[in-house]
Amino acid sequence: MASTIRVRATLSGETTEVQALIQHPMDSGFVKDAKGEIIPPHFIQQLTFEYDGKSVFAADWGGGVSKDPYVKFSFKGGKKGDDLKVSWIDNKGATDTTTAKIL
Amino acid sequence: MSAFRTSLLALASALLIAGATSAFAATEADYKAALAAAEAANKEAAGLRNQWTVTAAAIAAAKKAAEAGDFDKAVASSNEAEALAKASIFQATNEKTLWKDMEIR
Amino acid sequence: MHVRSAIRLASAALTLATLAFASPQTAVAADTVDPVADAKAFRKFFTDKFPKVKLEDFVNGPYSMNEDMHRQWEEKEQFPPYEFSLDMGKEMFTKPFKNGKSYEDCFPNKGIGIRQNYPYFDEKEGKVVTLELALNRCREANGEPPFSYVRDEMAALTAYMAFTSRGKPFDIKIPNDPRALEAYQNGKEYFYTRRGQLNFSCATCHVQSPGERIRAEVLAPALGILNAMPIYRSEWSGMGTTSRRFTTCNSQIRGVPFAPQDDEYRDLEYYLSYVSNGLPISGPGARP
Repeated sequence: MASTIRVRATLSGETTEVQALIQHPMDSGFVKDAKGEIIPPHFIQQLTFEYDGKSVFAADWGGGVSKDPYVKFSFKGGKKGDDLKVSWIDNKGATDTTTAKIL
Repeated sequence: MSAFRTSLLALASALLIAGATSAFAATEADYKAALAAAEAANKEAAGLRNQWTVTAAAIAAAKKAAEAGDFDKAVASSNEAEALAKASIFQATNEKTLWKDMEIR
Repeated sequence: MHVRSAIRLASAALTLATLAFASPQTAVAADTVDPVADAKAFRKFFTDKFPKVKLEDFVNGPYSMNEDMHRQWEEKEQFPPYEFSLDMGKEMFTKPFKNGKSYEDCFPNKGIGIRQNYPYFDEKEGKVVTLELALNRCREANGEPPFSYVRDEMAALTAYMAFTSRGKPFDIKIPNDPRALEAYQNGKEYFYTRRGQLNFSCATCHVQSPGERIRAEVLAPALGILNAMPIYRSEWSGMGTTSRRFTTCNSQIRGVPFAPQDDEYRDLEYYLSYVSNGLPISGPGARP
């Protein structure tokens, strides 16, 4: 199955700029469907970006983050060709992970 | 009397009726008559392809009140619905010519 | 009771308006329909109003009206939210139906790079045919059930087709057929006609107030307004088609919407696309 994570990391001088788009319904658990029933909560709880074995970005999310979240951040360091690992785990215990090379 | 003035009077009287405090409690027959008038007007609006969502909501409120036995409220809601439907007819009729005033030339 | 006083106010306003225009002999009898002149005037209205906006940038709607929004949007375009829908559309387009044919068989040039020609006036049928309508007709002609016009699969398919036409200028044709002219004129009339309890026409927001706000949203100009369709709209948390926008706008102004692809909507799309001829297709798009 195709990954839910699309990520692009580019080195610019001494800083690596990272953008990621993640496919996930991010249901808050407060919205009702057309029949008037609550759509159960289903959202990413933890999102991490790892470089060189260390976490360079970690997010603890709740139902307030919108569907298909987009993240952008930068960190000092990084080398071209090195790996950046992205993973998430949601409230149902589902996970996904992907690795991208720094460009 | 020109068409718009007739409808204006009709609208005014509808509002007056709606606003008048009734000395007697409304009966089911009153409700049925008021509902029929509202639905007829809303149907005419449909023919003009210009119904308002709030009209349907007022009709629904009238029916709900009638089911609960509150005919005063049912009549009031029906009258509101009729006034709204008539306003939507008024709008559609006038816009047939008035739209040109908004046109970019 | 709020509603009653609102009705009184509304009827009073309507009364005043009608009284103001009560002299009925306005000399707008049988004007000849001149789409070429209309389009020219339409374009001039917006370029005069926003002299600093390049013609091709009008297709970016609110982003062409507000500097800060433009910057945020440019960033977002590097990783656009419509990507998932676009990929799905591409996959769907070449996947065969149960009978072995695919969408490619229904359209000229296998459906690639043709979006800018829709809608067109079908002289056999005597009606306007939009892209969404053509896609569902393709499905039905091949034994498949039609999709909902407003979202999901229909949005994915039109997203893909728009993407293959990116940059191509809108090229809507009005054949020399009185029925086509009538459809165009009906679309124009719809655009300027006030409707709904809020008494707005499309023009109220998109001609009178582009760049201004309605609550928290910046309004888009009508010029080029369909070029970015279909759109991923943050408000919807998902994709929506032209049909979705027309129907939801109607209900937002408290007018009962018609069914998607009803004549009025097809004609409206025809008019709006025609007056944006020459502006590039930018779909699929993203909007607040």
